[in-house]
Amino acid sequence: MPIHERSLIRPENLKTHEKLVMDGVDVSGHWSTFIEPRVVTDYNEALEEQIAALPGGEFIHRCWQCGSCTNACTVNAVNPDFNPRFWIYLVRIGLESELLRDKDIIWQCVSCHKCTYACPRDVVPEGIMKAIAHWLELQGHVPKSRSTLFDEEFTRQVVETGKIEDGRMIRNFFAATAQPLRQDWLVAMATRVARRFPVMLGIKMGLAALFRPRTRGWQRHQAAIEEYLGEQDAKRRKALGIGETQ
Amino acid sequence: MSNTNAKYRKVAYYPGCALEGTGHAYNVSTVALGRKLGLEVEEVPNWNCCGAMEVKNIDPKVQTYLSSRVLAIAAHEMKAATVMAPCNGCYHNLKKAEHDLAHDPASRETVERIARKAGDEPYRAGEVETIHALDWIKHGVGEEELRRRVKKSLAGLRVANYYGCMYTRPRHIFPEKDQGPGSESTLKPHFMDDLLAAAGAVNVDFPLKTACCGGAHTLSDSDISTKLVLNILRAAEAAGADVIATECPTCHSGLEMHQARAEKVLGQKTKVVMLYFTQLLGIALGLSPRSIGNHENASEALERLQEKALA
Repeated sequence: MPIHERSLIRPENLKTHEKLVMDGVDVSGHWSTFIEPRVVTDYNEALEEQIAALPGGEFIHRCWQCGSCTNACTVNAVNPDFNPRFWIYLVRIGLESELLRDKDIIWQCVSCHKCTYACPRDVVPEGIMKAIAHWLELQGHVPKSRSTLFDEEFTRQVVETGKIEDGRMIRNFFAATAQPLRQDWLVAMATRVARRFPVMLGIKMGLAALFRPRTRGWQRHQAAIEEYLGEQDAKRRKALGIGETQ
Repeated sequence: MSNTNAKYRKVAYYPGCALEGTGHAYNVSTVALGRKLGLEVEEVPNWNCCGAMEVKNIDPKVQTYLSSRVLAIAAHEMKAATVMAPCNGCYHNLKKAEHDLAHDPASRETVERIARKAGDEPYRAGEVETIHALDWIKHGVGEEELRRRVKKSLAGLRVANYYGCMYTRPRHIFPEKDQGPGSESTLKPHFMDDLLAAAGAVNVDFPLKTACCGGAHTLSDSDISTKLVLNILRAAEAAGADVIATECPTCHSGLEMHQARAEKVLGQKTKVVMLYFTQLLGIALGLSPRSIGNHENASEALERLQEKALA
């Protein structure tokens, strides 16, 4: 059964006139609806190359548009506008303006890998979703998503100490995204856990908040990773033709 | 595959960050279960984070390096043959590192470069085998021995087995799966079902075994996560389950968190409870609820076990 993905005619391009006579012929009403022609001239010919230069986007050229990714997609089942197959198509033909219409939802990929599992061409669509999301942010089309802010906080902790600590992660993430920690459901969750929470574990977690858990002798690793990450960042910015880090 | 395998009875244990935080009950119950079954568990000394999904999103090769450092310690310092990771995220990442180091020269080059710069001997593919806690019990102990050692049968407990995403996807990083009888299936995993059935539990027909709980965005895109979790909880209830058995700390805490959130934000209450499979097996082998971290479960798991006269 074919998947009905989207209508190619957008509501804003449909023109109906209450009363319209052309060359003596009455064309009022919807029986003679006009569709505004759309001529595409704004291709970004470098788009596919730019996405391929970002981590995860390497194999975009392999796609032959079977649609298995969209068919398997977890987020697509929740929001039909989330359409990996379509975005890969837009990137490959360079239709940047069309891609930008969905710029606010592309980051929502949950990395369940169902697409990668289903893909017969090893395109790794999950990686491409991440690459497009990064591209949108690097090009300044969107502010950093909550997901990116989470990833950055997490990575910062790992690079600094070799480990993460749940409490610090949650506190810093809520601060970075300007969300209050006192949300009904978080309080309810904390209450549920606290019902029979062991004192020793509470003390242990309190200590973890004060003395960050860290991998011993991590400084050498931190330096090596930071050097590598710096180089990669410069390389990616160069591929996208943009300037230094923010 | 039915006879127990010596190389799985002594493993290097990699708990990972989640098991020291929100997944602490999984850590406690895994160690207690291993001890009860006479398995040798030695923690990887001075381990680091596997990189999780977050570091992978920033730079996949740094994640490969982080995971490879854990494998290197197990191989070079501990001289271990097997690394056991109970967390799906850690397990997935170690497997992915193993695969990338075996097949991708660019990953190999990056890992060698960072490791040497940090003054370590880089890990090379094939030096150790990574297994999940499910493989550990399934191959190291097996259903027959488990059945013999059951003290308190889980009979009457209806269980939905939930495996999540990272245990089976993508297929290519798990070359030992889908190898016919005795091996794990990536489409319909059954190791947890097998073990719990051996402990007497009734496994319900649960269609969402490998559905996604939205764990990657559990805090950054909570609305989608709540919808995905609610689907899973509802499907388990519709299948008649008392308990959802889990084998991943992120899935487990995601289900607990969004069960609470669905109730608060959407007014949708669900009654099914979550327990780690190691907790369920521990109960069946006669361990006390406290020694398997039952008091750390956020859902009404202890009450459910008491209802069934298991605690």
